[in-house]
Formats: sequence, C-alpha cells, structure tokens
Amino acid sequence: MNGRAGMSIERWTPLSVAAMGAVAVLAAALALGPLFLGAYAVDRLTTLFIYVLLASMWNALAGYGGLVSVGQQAFFGLGAYAAIRLSSFGVPVYAALVLGGMLAGAAAYAVSGFALRLRGGEFAIGMWVLAELFHLLVNLDRLIQGETGTSLIALNAFAPGNRRDYNYWLALASMAGLLALMFTLLRGRLGSSVQAIRDSEEAAASLGVRVLAAKRIVYVIAGAGCGLAGTLYLATSISFQPATYFGVQWTAYMIFMVLVGGLGTFEGPIIGAIVFFIIENLFGASGIWYLVGLGATAVVFALYLPRGLWGTVEEKFGIRLLPVGYRVAQRP
Amino acid sequence: MSLLAVERLDVRHGQLQAVRDVSLAVREGETLALVGANGAGKTTLLRAIAGAHRPVGGRVLLDGVDVTQVPAHRRVAQGIALVPEGRRLFPGMTVEENLLVASANGRPGPWTIERVLEVFPMLRARFRAKAGSLSGGEQQATAIGRGLLTNPRVLLLDEVSLGLAPVAVERVYACLESLISAGATLVLVEQDLGRALRVATRVACMLEGRIVLEGAASGMTREQVTEAYFGLGRGALPKQAA
Amino acid sequence: MIWLNQIIQGVLLGGYYALIACGLSFMFGVMRIINLAHGDLAVLAAFLVWAIVDRSGMSPFLALAIVLPVMGALGWLLQRAMLERSLRAGVLVPLLTTFGLGIVIQNLLFEQFGADTRSLAPAIGDLAFDSWSIGSQIYVGHLAGLIFMVAVALLGGLQLLLARTPLGRAIRATAEDPDTAELVGIDARSVYAAAAAIAVMTVAIAGTFLGMRAAFAPYAGPAQLIFAFEAVVIGGLGSMWGTLLGGIVLGVAQNLGAQIAPNGFLIAGHTVFLVVLGGRLLRQRMRRAS
Repeated sequence: MNGRAGMSIERWTPLSVAAMGAVAVLAAALALGPLFLGAYAVDRLTTLFIYVLLASMWNALAGYGGLVSVGQQAFFGLGAYAAIRLSSFGVPVYAALVLGGMLAGAAAYAVSGFALRLRGGEFAIGMWVLAELFHLLVNLDRLIQGETGTSLIALNAFAPGNRRDYNYWLALASMAGLLALMFTLLRGRLGSSVQAIRDSEEAAASLGVRVLAAKRIVYVIAGAGCGLAGTLYLATSISFQPATYFGVQWTAYMIFMVLVGGLGTFEGPIIGAIVFFIIENLFGASGIWYLVGLGATAVVFALYLPRGLWGTVEEKFGIRLLPVGYRVAQRP
Repeated sequence: MSLLAVERLDVRHGQLQAVRDVSLAVREGETLALVGANGAGKTTLLRAIAGAHRPVGGRVLLDGVDVTQVPAHRRVAQGIALVPEGRRLFPGMTVEENLLVASANGRPGPWTIERVLEVFPMLRARFRAKAGSLSGGEQQATAIGRGLLTNPRVLLLDEVSLGLAPVAVERVYACLESLISAGATLVLVEQDLGRALRVATRVACMLEGRIVLEGAASGMTREQVTEAYFGLGRGALPKQAA
Repeated sequence: MIWLNQIIQGVLLGGYYALIACGLSFMFGVMRIINLAHGDLAVLAAFLVWAIVDRSGMSPFLALAIVLPVMGALGWLLQRAMLERSLRAGVLVPLLTTFGLGIVIQNLLFEQFGADTRSLAPAIGDLAFDSWSIGSQIYVGHLAGLIFMVAVALLGGLQLLLARTPLGRAIRATAEDPDTAELVGIDARSVYAAAAAIAVMTVAIAGTFLGMRAAFAPYAGPAQLIFAFEAVVIGGLGSMWGTLLGGIVLGVAQNLGAQIAPNGFLIAGHTVFLVVLGGRLLRQRMRRAS
C-alpha cells in the first residue's frame, strides 16, 4: 500500500528460528542422555520430564482453554490405575503404561460433554468432585486393596538399570510428543479458535468458531497427558496408592508451575516446571514450610505477577522464542 | 464562579482517546446540554465527571474543589449524581428498593421518596414491582428519582429520552423543566436537538472527543449546531490520492 | 423403619451441610467468587475454638463468641488484601489465589497443631450423645437437631438481612451492578468486605459445629469445601433456602448410600451431585433448543 509504513504479519523471527534449532539440538542430546549420564541424573531428568508434561497440560487447559481445573488428578490417577489393570490382564507392561494414558484421555472424552458445559468455579470444583469419585470407584476394585494400594509388579521383570532408561525414554517421548502436538495445534486453526474463545466466547461462536469442539480437543489432550504423567510416575515409583495419585497436591504443583512460569505462554510451563523441580530438590525435605511456600508463592504470582516469569519477560522485551503466535512487524 | 468545572480533561477507553482536552463550566442554576453524534465522547465525559471513569489528564472541580481523584461513591456524597445511559436500575430490586438505596447512601436534603412519587405519580402503582418489569418510561422515572434522592448539587443525565415513547419523553421533560425552574443545575446529554435547545441555558457540541461549539442556547441556531455536530466546514477533507 | 431413620439422619446432616454451605453461597451470590479455601477456614475456626477450650476449659459456645469477631475481621482482611485484587484481575485469579490460600492455611495448621485429629465433643458433654427417640428405631440427636435449627436460623437471618436492611440492599445492589451502585453512593469495596466478613463468620459457626459433631484435622478442609459446594449446586447457586434444600438432598443421598453399600456414603453423594448438575445442564440445553 502506497505511503503506508511497511507492516507485515510474521510468525518467525530470527530469534525464534535460532530457538527452534536449539530445541532440536537439545532434544537429540536428551535422547542420548542415558548413554552418558549417571543413574541419579537419568532418574531426576525423568521426574523433570513428568513435571514439564503436567505443567504444559494444565497450561493448555487454563492458559489456552480458559478452563481452570482443580481436578486433573482424576486423570493422573486414572491413567495409573488403568495401567495396573491392563498389566494384570497380561498386557506387556510398557504398552500398558502408554495405553493407560490413552484410556485416561478416553475417559476425558467421555465426560467432556458434561464437564465442558460447566463454567468457572463450577467447572473447577466439578473436576475435583470427579477426581474424588474416580478415587472412590477405583478403591472398589479388589486389585487395588483400597487405600493400601498395590504395585506394578510386572515392572520387576526388568533390571533396574534398563527400567530406568526405558522410563526415561518413555517420559522424554511423552513430553516431547505432547509438546510437539500442542505446538502444532496451536499454530493452526485450534490456536486461533482458542484465542478467540479466550477473548470472548460469544463473539467467537458468532463467527463460527466451534467452541465446544475446540475446548474438547484441549480437554482430551490434557486428560491423556495427565494420564500419561500418572503412568510415568507409576513407572518410576512402581507402587500405587490411590490417595497419592488422586490427591489434590498434583493440582497444587501444576498451578504453581504454570503461574510461576507464565500462564498462557508456550515456554512458561516449561520454565515453571524447571523452577519447581529445582525448588523441590532444594527444599522438598523441609516438609510443611515447603508447602506453605508453594501456596504463598502461587498467591503472590497470581496477584502481582499474573503473567508469570516468562510472560513478564516476553512482555518487557518483546521476545517470542517459540513461534506459536503472530507478530506485527514494522519495516523501516 | 462555576459550580461544576472541567479543565482540559483527557479520558481514554483502553487505547482509544474518548475525550480530548475538554474544558467546560456550569454555573449554579444553569442547564448545559451536551450534544453530539454517537461515539463523540459525551457519555464518557459524564462518567468521568461522576467519577466512574478515571481521566488520564485534566481536572474536575466542584465548587472550586478538585475532585478528580475522588471515587464515584464519594462524589455522590459531595453532590454529583449521574443518571446513567440506559437507566441501569437494579433489576432484581423493586422500585421502592432502588429508591431506598439512593436515599440511604446519598446526601441529606429536601428530596424524599414521597416527593419523588409526587413528581412521578405513575410510580405509585409500581412501587413494589421489580425494576426489571417496568416499562421504559417508568424505568426512566425511577432512574431520575434515584438520582434526585441523593440530593445532588449537580445532576447529570445521560440520554434520558433514549428508547422511550414520545408520550413518556414528554413526561420526563415536563419533570426536568420543573426541576430547572426550581433552580436545579443540570448537565444533559441529548440526541434530540430541538429539545436540547429549548430546555438548556447553554449548549456544547462534541465531535470526536472535543468540544467544537459552545455558547448560550438563546444565541444559537439549529444550523450552527448541525454543522458542528457533523463536523462540516471544519476544514478541508483530506485530499484523495490521485 | 431403618430407611426412615436413615432419611431423617440425612435431613439432619443436611442441616450441617446448609450451615457450612451458606457462607459459600453468600459469597458467590454477592461477588461471584468461589472461595476454594472455604473448608480450610472452617477447620481454622474449629482449631481456634479448640485451642481456647483446651487452654481455658470454657464452653465451646463461649469460645465461639470470641472467635466469631476474629474470623469476621479475617474475612474483611482477606477481601481487602487479596480477593479485591483477584476480582479485578479476571475470573481465573480468585480460584487460583483462594486455592493457594487453602494450602497455606492447611499447612500452617499442621505446623501448629500436628496431624492428630481433634474434637470438641468432649467439651460439650451429653449434648454430643443425647437423643430423642421417636418410636423404637428413629433417633434425633440433640446436637444434630441443634445444628439444624441453627442452620435454619442463620439462613433466615441472612435472608432477612438481605431483604430488609440497608446493608442488605446495598449488598444486593452491588451484587447486581457494582458500577451503578457506586453512582448512587455505595462504596462497593466496603460492601464486598462486609459480605466477606459475614461469610467467614458463618464459616466459623459451621466449623465449631463440625468440631462438635465429628473430629477434624488440618487437612480436613477440602472435604468440607466439596460438601458445601455440592449442597450449594444441588440447591441452585445463589439461593439461600436452596442451599438448605441442597444440603438435605445431599445428606439424605449419602445416608441412603451408606445403607446400601459399605463405601456408599461418599459415592452416593458425589453421584447425586453430578446427576443434578447434569440434569440441569440438560434442561438448559433443551430450553435453548426450543
């Protein structure tokens, strides 16, 4: 257009190209991890991957879908339970772990028609009630022995060293896979739909955005992702106590990670997970004050730093590392 | 000395500048009519005067006192009342309750619920009805009554004839005229130019956030106001590219 | 006959649920906030009353009289320091901040009082055990009856407050339209703070009775929150008497569930909640389609 300052819409900046390159290199390096890292490091990294997975899933729900769920532990526990049940039927254990996560996703799909019609606080606590109900129903299965729980004994067929490496790779693949899935979806139509819904559901619907369908996609992925996280946690700890897996502390951790990292950004939950991981390693043994600190920090961030660490950086410096959104660029 | 003064007021709606460098003065007993097209900034200006919208620059003065930083509910206590655009009654509460709420939280003064009912006798029959079930005219009467019950020194009225049947508008203006003759100070936003010119002492016309015409109503012609309203004769239109 | 007794016990339990739920319903009705720390505040009150009773030996009812203004002030403070800001920041933020607050309260209680469960039952003597018997199989506990009556009185009181008093009208006006309420001279922030104070005081009453009818521990909050929320939703969000009805339905469902199966108590409650919620959604859909 003549006389108008040159503006264009772009997705990629030199920085984000570099960032994507770095991500590819990092992924390759991580994949080779068990070959040159010690047992402790492999173990810890596996836990980190689980946290990243949980954080991104909760962020997908709340940050992109606008759905604050205080009950994702429903799927975390359900995935783990499904894995144990499948294994008891003779399904090979690592397949059972993956399938467990998928089944949690299926459960999310099954309840989505009901759950997604709830609003705000109703949805939040409704999910919590669902988690409690799943917990109670799982307890009814004799295999679980009520609150005593049981173990995924089939894992013992593997030598501890191999098991650790397989867990690592499964965790890495799950985390990377779900992140890649979200990345692709958010760059496409779902990303725009979700953004529109976040800004104004009514307006979005009037434009033809299929609101329920978009939310459902996010909800099912989040369900499957949390389910996978649950089976991965089971793989690392081997034992399953319903109270632990269906406990609301998982939501507390997810909320902390996402709030601190940056709600609604792609990189935020990853950073939040890393922060949480470091804090847990340093202070996890401090017991009560650790939990108090987590809660208080979440409150402070929600009130004063609502965009989280990464969101604030993004806003202040205008950087976008991973090209999920669009930018308007001025050409001189 | 003016009762209400606005000095170089700048008000924004997010990124949009709704009121630009507006200065006005209203003396006690005067009625100022604010006219202008939709989106000219009239409602925003009234809301800023009432304290419902924080300006980014300029001042609002009541009787010489700077009230720019005073929150809306305290401005009511000091004597500024706004009858908002669209009436904005509390729909789940009855007419009586809507009036009681204003009476209880406003200033002491001559206005009582009984007096409001005398001015708007049609409200007697609907006294216990929920505000949401009233007709347009009844709602407007209640809204004005609610404003009056705070015993304001300056009453701001935003588009009181909006959406009303002509008969209802007549009634509302009859009430306003009696208020004016009793010495009230009013700032009135009105789309109906004829009424505005008849009722007001002074007229100000807004266009794109600025005051483009101001003066005594008696000395103003409809043509003058219409020109200012549409921004005609303001300057050449931007030339089209060849 | 056993079934009838279970139903009656359910109704009485509903009185307790209405008590714990009315603060939640009140806050939601006025501010559209669901306070996820609601149950934890009840447990906090129970612990405060217990601490006073433990140290001084006075009656829990007297201790409640002391704790009530303290909790009211806490509610006021909570609103001004935290919830007010949360409200402005959007719909998600109040959920997140109250959730974080709940965690802080639970763990501070644990730090102070340890994991042991406590109870106020020993301090009220016979009141905890006595009951009236109707026929040979129906029992109405004195305490349960008292709780039910307190619930009805409190709900009635709140209803009266809202309907007849200037504060109540100011609260209702602010709840409907805070912007316009300011234009008629109402200080919305003060109204919200007063409503929060009232809500937390009702929570204190509920917490005290929780301590009398059952045992409590630092992490007992979330369970109470869930019961309160279920009662509110079953009865219809925003209606005071609906909360009583919701509490009764929940209590009856739970007791009948317990009668049917050993683990049935909680399962029945959650199921009824989900069914009612689902039914309501279905009706909304059908109404929209027509």
